[in-house]
Amino acid sequence: MNSSTTGRISALLLRYFFLLRSSWPRLLEIAYWPTVQMIIWGFTSIHFSNSSPELTAGGILISAVLIWDSLFRSHISYTLSFLEEMWSRNLANLFVSPLRPWELILSLATVSMIRTLIGMVPAALLAIPFFGVSVFELGLPLLGFFLNLVFTGWAISQAVTGILLRYGLGAESLTWMLPFLLAPFSCIYYPLETLPGWMQIIAQYLSTTYVFEGMRALILHDQWMPELLVKAFLLNAIYFILGLVIFCLSLRSARRRGLLLQSGE
Amino acid sequence: MTPSDPLLEIVGLTKKFGPARAVDDVSFSLSRGSIVGLLGGNGAGKTTTLSMLLGLLEPTSGSIRMFGHDFVKNRHAVLHRMNFCSPYVDLPQRLTVRENLRVFARLYGVENAAQKISQLADDFRLLELMEQPIRRLSSGQKTRVSLAKALINTPEFLLLDEPTASLSPDVSEWIRHRLAEYRDQTGATILFASHDMREVELLCDHIIMMSHGRVMEEGSPDELKARHERESLEEVFLVMNRKGGGA
Repeated sequence: MNSSTTGRISALLLRYFFLLRSSWPRLLEIAYWPTVQMIIWGFTSIHFSNSSPELTAGGILISAVLIWDSLFRSHISYTLSFLEEMWSRNLANLFVSPLRPWELILSLATVSMIRTLIGMVPAALLAIPFFGVSVFELGLPLLGFFLNLVFTGWAISQAVTGILLRYGLGAESLTWMLPFLLAPFSCIYYPLETLPGWMQIIAQYLSTTYVFEGMRALILHDQWMPELLVKAFLLNAIYFILGLVIFCLSLRSARRRGLLLQSGE
Repeated sequence: MTPSDPLLEIVGLTKKFGPARAVDDVSFSLSRGSIVGLLGGNGAGKTTTLSMLLGLLEPTSGSIRMFGHDFVKNRHAVLHRMNFCSPYVDLPQRLTVRENLRVFARLYGVENAAQKISQLADDFRLLELMEQPIRRLSSGQKTRVSLAKALINTPEFLLLDEPTASLSPDVSEWIRHRLAEYRDQTGATILFASHDMREVELLCDHIIMMSHGRVMEEGSPDELKARHERESLEEVFLVMNRKGGGA
C-alpha cells in the first residue's frame, strides 16, 4: 500500500472520527445496543437457569448474543458510515476525488472494525461482573468466531451499499432487514437439528451456522472443532467476493444512470 | 503532452438515457489557462456534460481526453489534478469548515495542508467560520466553503456547475473576481456551467452554447455578439434557442 493510498484511507478515517466527535448520540449508540442486549439476555439467562439449566449452561446464551452481535455491529457500522455520505450528499465529492472504490471499502471496513470493538468489548467486559460470564474464556477460537462474523457482516454490507448506490435511500431499510433474514437460519440459540429439513439445507450454506455450531461444541462439550471454522471462512470468502461483485456492478450501473451526483431517494 | 496541447479534448460525446439524448454528439476542446463558459437553459445538457467530465457519469459514446489521458478508461490518472463545485453536492454538515478542509486536503494528498487551509480561509473570508459546522452556515457561506474545498489541491482543471446560483449579486461578483484571480495566479483552466448570461459574459473568455444536448455555437463573448449582431449574450442565447427549437 503506497503513501497516497494510506493518506486517502486516513482522510476518511479522520472524517468519521470528526463525525463521531461532533455527535454524542452517535458515540453513545456504539456501545449502547450491545450492552442493553447483553443485560436483557443476561437476566433471561438467569430466569431460565432454574427451569432449563441446559439452555444456559456455561453462559451459552449470553455468549451467543455477544458473538451474534459482532456480525450485526460490523454490518451496521460499515453501512451507516456509507449512509452518512448519502445523507450529507457528499458521495459525489468522494467519487470525483482520487479515492479509489477499493480504498473506500477498506476505509469503511476499518471504521466498522473500530466501531465494533468499541461496542462489543465493554459489553463483553460488563458481562463478567454482572452475570459471571466471560466470552474471553473461549480463548483463541473466540477470535476465529469474531472475525468470521465480522467478515459475514462486511459481505452483507458490500451488497447493501451497492443496492443503496443503485436504488438510493429508498432501499435504506435493507440495512436493518438483511442481517435478521440470516438470523433464523444461523442457529444462534439452538442446534442445527432443531430446524426443519428445508431450513437445514439453507443453514448449511451459511457461514454463521458453522460459527455457532463450533461455539456450542466448545462451550457445552469442551470440544474444539477447527474444521467448522474453516468451513465458515471458506463460505465467507465466497460471500465476500459476491458482495464485492454486487458493489462493483451497482457502482458501474450508478455511473451509467447518473445516480452518483444526486444520490437521494 | 506539450503545454500547447489542449487540456481537454472531447469528441462525439453522447449520453443517452433510454431513447432520450441528454448530450448529443458534443465535441470541443479547452486550452490551458482559459475560463470557458458552458451556457444553456434548463435541460441543455450542461450538468450531464460536467458529470461525464468528472467521471460521475459514463458516456454512451465518444471520447474524453484530459491531460493527454483517456479519461473514460483511466480517470484515476488525472483526478488529483482537478476538482469541482456544484450546488447538487454538499459537504458533510456536522463537520466544521476546518475539519472538512482537513479531510479533503488529506484526500487529495495536499502537502503543507495547514498552510494551504489558512491561505484558503483568508482568501475566501472564512477565518471567523472555521470552527462552525457547515449546517450552521448561510448558502453564501456554504458556497465559499465549497469553492475553498474545490481549490484545496490547487487544481489545474476546475469544473464549476452554477456556483453562484441562489447567491446575492455582491457575493456572486466577489466569487467571479476570486475565480479570475485564481486563473491568473495559477494558469488553471476553468469550465463554468451556468444559465446566467451576464455572469458568463463577465467572467469567461470563451463560451460554448448548448441547447437540447448539442453545442449550438462557440466563441468569445464579443465574437458571438458580433456574429449575431446582438448587444448582449442573452439576446444571442434567445436567438440560438429559437433556432434550436427551445422554449
